[in-house]
Amino acid sequence: MILVYAEHDRGELDPVTLQAISAAKALDADVQAVVVGHGAKDVAAELAAFGAVSVHVGNHPELLDFTPRAHARAVNALVTANSPRAVIAGGTPRGNEVLGHLAAMRDEPFASECVSIELASGDTAEIVRARWGGNLLDEATVTSSLLIATVQAHAFAATSADAPLSVSEFDVELADGDVLVRVEDRVGSSAGGVGLAEAKVVVSGGRGMDGPDAFVMLEEIAGVIGGAVGCSRVVTSAGWRPHAEQVGQTGTKVAPDLYLACGISGATQHIAGCKSAKTLIAINTDSQAPIMGFADYMVVDNVHTFLPLFIEKLKAASN
Amino acid sequence: MDIAVCIKRVPLLGSAIVLTADNMAIDTSKVGFGLSPHEECAVEAAVKLVEENGGSVTLINIGHIDGEEQIREQMAIGADRAILIDTNGAEPDPQAAATALADAISSDDTNFDLVLMGSESADYGGSQTGIRVAHKLGLPVVTSVKGLKIDSGIATCERAVGSTREVYTVPLPAVITVKDGLNIPRYASVPGRMKARKKPVDIKQVSFAGSRITTKQLVVPVQEAKGATNLGTGAEAADALVEVMKQIGVLS
Repeated sequence: MILVYAEHDRGELDPVTLQAISAAKALDADVQAVVVGHGAKDVAAELAAFGAVSVHVGNHPELLDFTPRAHARAVNALVTANSPRAVIAGGTPRGNEVLGHLAAMRDEPFASECVSIELASGDTAEIVRARWGGNLLDEATVTSSLLIATVQAHAFAATSADAPLSVSEFDVELADGDVLVRVEDRVGSSAGGVGLAEAKVVVSGGRGMDGPDAFVMLEEIAGVIGGAVGCSRVVTSAGWRPHAEQVGQTGTKVAPDLYLACGISGATQHIAGCKSAKTLIAINTDSQAPIMGFADYMVVDNVHTFLPLFIEKLKAASN
Repeated sequence: MDIAVCIKRVPLLGSAIVLTADNMAIDTSKVGFGLSPHEECAVEAAVKLVEENGGSVTLINIGHIDGEEQIREQMAIGADRAILIDTNGAEPDPQAAATALADAISSDDTNFDLVLMGSESADYGGSQTGIRVAHKLGLPVVTSVKGLKIDSGIATCERAVGSTREVYTVPLPAVITVKDGLNIPRYASVPGRMKARKKPVDIKQVSFAGSRITTKQLVVPVQEAKGATNLGTGAEAADALVEVMKQIGVLS
């Protein structure tokens, strides 16, 4: 049996959880899900529709909003009771956090951000995990009778596998301090306009913008086509733009229809955040810049002279 | 407030990763070293908190003995002292690293009010060492923090989720793992660099039991050469770019 930790936000299932279920299905038909917190029952049907043959709903009056260590405690109880071969979750901040707690509680290894998982003979599993934000892959053997792993977002496709809905509820037994750290409040983002992570078009600037002033042009382009402004780490480190706009390994990972990279050379740190774009267009004076290797189209020109020309044409075309 | 900040040196990659001949490590013969961006923000946050509240910043570096270079750089921006856990060139896995870090923290003469770490390292990216350290020390842990305020022994932490931020509060002592964007790390001043040379670094040796996650080989994923279409330059390229945007449906 494989146990999948189902991540949800007040009854809204995280899409990477469905990818985790499909990854688990490829290892064993007996995939069961565990889900905890307010709204947990609401996601059971969707988990079954993607192949969870049994959904365990953990209840406790103290568990409403996300409470990482308590969620791990609930998963841990099921592990002890049912001895699954593996516990898998989505490679998201929450998924990695809950399984990190589980691994710490059981003093087991934890393979985060896997892009491939195979259960081998005995206590071993052959995995491939992402390092450097996916710029480097680590082919490794995990030795444990309980494989604890998360799957990198989008590494596995979620495929529906209609299992009949079977829900069982259980009471979560908490230990001291398990609810000490939990979501207590939510505050709105200060960033207005289109959210970077969800934007269909990202207009992004790098070192070649030479300062904060030229970003006005990127805002103008984003305004015309309904996109969001992004930037590279150099730009946020220099204080030209807020960190909320940073695209990259330590910023936001985006997957827009169009990524327009203006004056960005293409360091691995940045590529990790934008390589999932459907179309990447790079504007750079250097046709040999690393970003060009990831681009579908290139404009070999200086952003300061080219963008004003382009904005004029763009405005004319959109009128 | 006495703060421990856990750090490790990582290669500073430019635009390409080159592996050693046996594909077991990154070839670092032609690259520099630094800290993961998250950890630079952790040190900056610690220095700022101590400037405001008094106290001390202790760096705990795990890894290669040459990590003293990174320690001195962070001392130059204000860290007071350091413990260098020398792994004799070995790269500990997250379980081993957490054990060594927790041992160094709990055996130190200072009772730390706060342990700051990066949410994950740039290189290994395991997203777990901070949580494991917290469990070993019996402390609460808040992860992936991008906003941090401390008042009367309570840390208020913000974590970005999509377009909103979650708020967590935790009483100190606690472990808090932070993300790039928490602050903009300052540059070292010349007097800061001078002072850093004289600050104390205690060196500890550790050895590790075998890891239960063993690398067979590292692989740099093959990038399909997209063969970018060159739209040219100037006005001609501007027209072509507008056409491409119409074709892919982002401009109607």
